[in-house]
Amino acid sequence: MIRVLVQYESIDQATEFAGIMAAGVGGIATFAGVVRADDGVTTLELEHYPGATESALRTLAEEAARRWGLAAASVVHRVGVMQPGELVVFVGTAAAHRGAALEACAFLIDRLKTEAPFWKRETRGDEARWVEPRDGDTRAAARWDRS
Amino acid sequence: MAIDLLYFSWVREAIGTGSETLDPPEGLARVTDLIDWLSTRSEGHARALADRGRLRAAVDQIFVGLDAPLGHPREVAIFPPVTGG
Repeated sequence: MIRVLVQYESIDQATEFAGIMAAGVGGIATFAGVVRADDGVTTLELEHYPGATESALRTLAEEAARRWGLAAASVVHRVGVMQPGELVVFVGTAAAHRGAALEACAFLIDRLKTEAPFWKRETRGDEARWVEPRDGDTRAAARWDRS
Repeated sequence: MAIDLLYFSWVREAIGTGSETLDPPEGLARVTDLIDWLSTRSEGHARALADRGRLRAAVDQIFVGLDAPLGHPREVAIFPPVTGG
């Protein structure tokens, strides 16, 4: 089961978790990205490239499913305006054993950050700025390259 | 042949629109040649497209380097490096 979703609505983690759980296998890993409030951010806005975003996420999920033999992979990403404490992204993977589920989950979030066409804009009070990509994210994505 | 241009993030803001349909001249071999031509269209275009190191592109929704062949696309998107997740 591959589930890829880009949505304006809040992410319901219970529903998403249940979807992965339904694969009926022994190992489930999830990652949830939350809007940080600790550096004064009041709102976060996400823009994306409709159509291309969904294709990019589907390609990544299919690659993860193939590479780690997953029974299920789910990537749900929110767009639009959100507040600190809200979920931005949910990644879930299901496999027979924990190693595959955990690695595939890390692969999906690492590669999503550098390959899926989303752009973040942070607002602090009256001031808004586009988030710059971080070198650490590029390195994290590159560790999954196959030589 | 008309091309749908799409702009995102601060590229969109600097240009002042998220999309436009334009008919570029024949003979633009690479994506970067299209960007050179777009840069001449307005001050906003010039400002948005000045720093090539901060630009990424997709041709018919396939992500490519700026030196990739342009071909005869229906849609070209120009945007900064992505920052999702």
